[in-house]
Amino acid sequence: MTCNMILCGVGGQGVLSLAAIIAKASLSSHLNVRQSEVHGMSQRGGEVLAHLRISDGEIYSDLVSYGTADLIISMEPMESLRYLEYLKPDGIVVTAAEPVVNIGNYPDLEAVYAKIAAVSGSLCLKAEALAEEAGSKRASNMVLIGAASPYLPTDAESLKQAIRDTFAAKGESVVETNLKAFEAGRNHQ
Amino acid sequence: MERVLLGDEALAQAAIDAGLSCAYGYPGTPSTEIMEYLIAHSAADGFKAMWCTNEKTAYEEALGASLAGKRALVTMKHVGLNVAADAFVNSALLSIHGGLVMCVADDPGMHSSQNEQDTRALAMFAKVPVFEPVTQQQTYEMTREAFEVSERFGVPVIIRMVTRIAHSRASVRTAESRPQNPLDKSTDRPGWMLLPATAKRNWARLLGKEKDMIAFAESSANNRLNLVAGSRLGIITGGLGYNYFKENAADLKEEPSHLHIGFYPLPAALIRKLYDSVDEILVLEEGYPIIEEKLCGILGAGKPIHGKLDGTVVRTGELTPDNVREALGLPKRPHAAIDVSDVTVPRPPALCKGCPHADSYAAIKAALKDFPQSLVTSDIGCYSLGALPPHSAIETIVCMGASVGMAKGASEAGLYPVVATIGDSTFLHGGMTALLDCVQNNPDMTLVILDNSTVGMTGGQPTMIPSSRFEPLIRGLGVDPAHIRTIVPLPQQHEKNTEIIKEEINYHGLSVIFSVRECIETAKRKARKTK
Repeated sequence: MTCNMILCGVGGQGVLSLAAIIAKASLSSHLNVRQSEVHGMSQRGGEVLAHLRISDGEIYSDLVSYGTADLIISMEPMESLRYLEYLKPDGIVVTAAEPVVNIGNYPDLEAVYAKIAAVSGSLCLKAEALAEEAGSKRASNMVLIGAASPYLPTDAESLKQAIRDTFAAKGESVVETNLKAFEAGRNHQ
Repeated sequence: MERVLLGDEALAQAAIDAGLSCAYGYPGTPSTEIMEYLIAHSAADGFKAMWCTNEKTAYEEALGASLAGKRALVTMKHVGLNVAADAFVNSALLSIHGGLVMCVADDPGMHSSQNEQDTRALAMFAKVPVFEPVTQQQTYEMTREAFEVSERFGVPVIIRMVTRIAHSRASVRTAESRPQNPLDKSTDRPGWMLLPATAKRNWARLLGKEKDMIAFAESSANNRLNLVAGSRLGIITGGLGYNYFKENAADLKEEPSHLHIGFYPLPAALIRKLYDSVDEILVLEEGYPIIEEKLCGILGAGKPIHGKLDGTVVRTGELTPDNVREALGLPKRPHAAIDVSDVTVPRPPALCKGCPHADSYAAIKAALKDFPQSLVTSDIGCYSLGALPPHSAIETIVCMGASVGMAKGASEAGLYPVVATIGDSTFLHGGMTALLDCVQNNPDMTLVILDNSTVGMTGGQPTMIPSSRFEPLIRGLGVDPAHIRTIVPLPQQHEKNTEIIKEEINYHGLSVIFSVRECIETAKRKARKTK
């Protein structure tokens, strides 16, 4: 079993912590993990891409190959389409619906949604709104992990434990908010 | 013990476990996390780790530690080695005593760099051995071994990292740690002095060591040859070429023979053995076609050698599992077939909202508005994003500190007005010496030091001196105090700032303007911490 994932969004949205939590949960489930990310220049409000590979066997490449991603998890709708070349023909896109419009030529949002809907089985959810209901907009990455959780090779409990471990230092209320955000994503239809 | 580490962190942990005493570096993507990890662990583990003014001072400090018998680590990005090159190349002739390991993190694909130079080339030039890991686990093991090799041969040793190893996370098993070396000053005096007489002796000795190191490379477990009987194709992998070859190998109809090179100098006998047993060779190496050029030479005689030189492998950018797949002659895999070209546009990086650099650039542009021909030079850092719209404020980005010297030269050639822009840390790293040249000749130019009190691009490391000490420093270099000005880059100060810049442009000599406001990101972080 190998599960390949593309995790993407815009610099500052929390893509790397999204990747870190799935990686942590997978490791606690005794799976091999390779998680590749890029720091520096590319983080300054630009497009951000992380590769995450989870397997019960040996993993050679840190990078996902084209046509082999089981899942694209995106913090932003246009970004969810940028890396479709990586997606398997039957792969799934899970994305936040709220756009980040920090460029002048952002495409027509309805056209973006239509393309996302064209990927069969795709999920486009109002992650930021759900996170805000759970207590903080900043937890929208946890909403996405929740929404993607049925497709991940780890169970919900390991993911929740990874969320607890990650936010423990920030206090119980931050842990609670993030767990609530996770559940909101998981229960979303 | 097993833990999840970035490649950079695996290297740092290995150095600690190898008995590290002193670590020096200058921030630079993708190497920065090594020193950050070391600084965080230095107090508890009882060693010294610190940022330095530049890569050259860092390297020289490590040399001092080695002379004292202690193990030392130096960290930098690939272009940093250009700055440290004088110390580094000469140090190969020394009698390295305590293990001296330098990690240089290359950035093929230029994710966050101005070029994609290959550190192996500089290492070969200096005749210094190189370890090149392909996993985080190997990074750990090779770093431990690198200290041993450095002490065994009495040479500095390089670990060449690349972005995809440095910034990739995996589980790493650490081994038992080793105590630090005792203080033990080198007794080989001529081995540490490069006078012509001693340097001649040391150079001959290095050439002798090179032979021993090649013999070591032939039998190193890091250079593995797998000869497959009857195979026509021989693959040589270097660095991440290994991972991408293995990723695709199962799809090949015939298993090729394979030599992986993880330790340099090149194992010539192993290469010869592979060459003799196959009909042709494909070289898959991350970075420059260094192994390939050695194999082909100028004449290119012999069996066909494929790789970056004949176009089988892409010549620029980093290797990926997909371009290696293509080089292996394997078909593309099908992927989700939806055309999204009409709904995806590039999203380039930009200065953060509220960034002081944006206000500095707005004022500089306003001050230069009425001049038909001006030049604004710039430098390496976040502020290089001022090259992009909406700012489009700067015209040169070359290397750490170049903005100052280039402005002087352009002014002396006759351009007017000339404004140089440089960050606080970059100025201390490589701009200060050029400013001394300016003081000597008083060129008609205005230097704007964009002082955000941090090394911003690499994540907010401290600048060597606080903002308050910059003005005395500039005065001390001899700049006329009447033309040392300070502005605060804020939107509400725009008119005033523009006026001050104009005044200094109208002064036909050297001016230095400090544009001082803290980086918005570090300010936010501090505010969060004090909450």
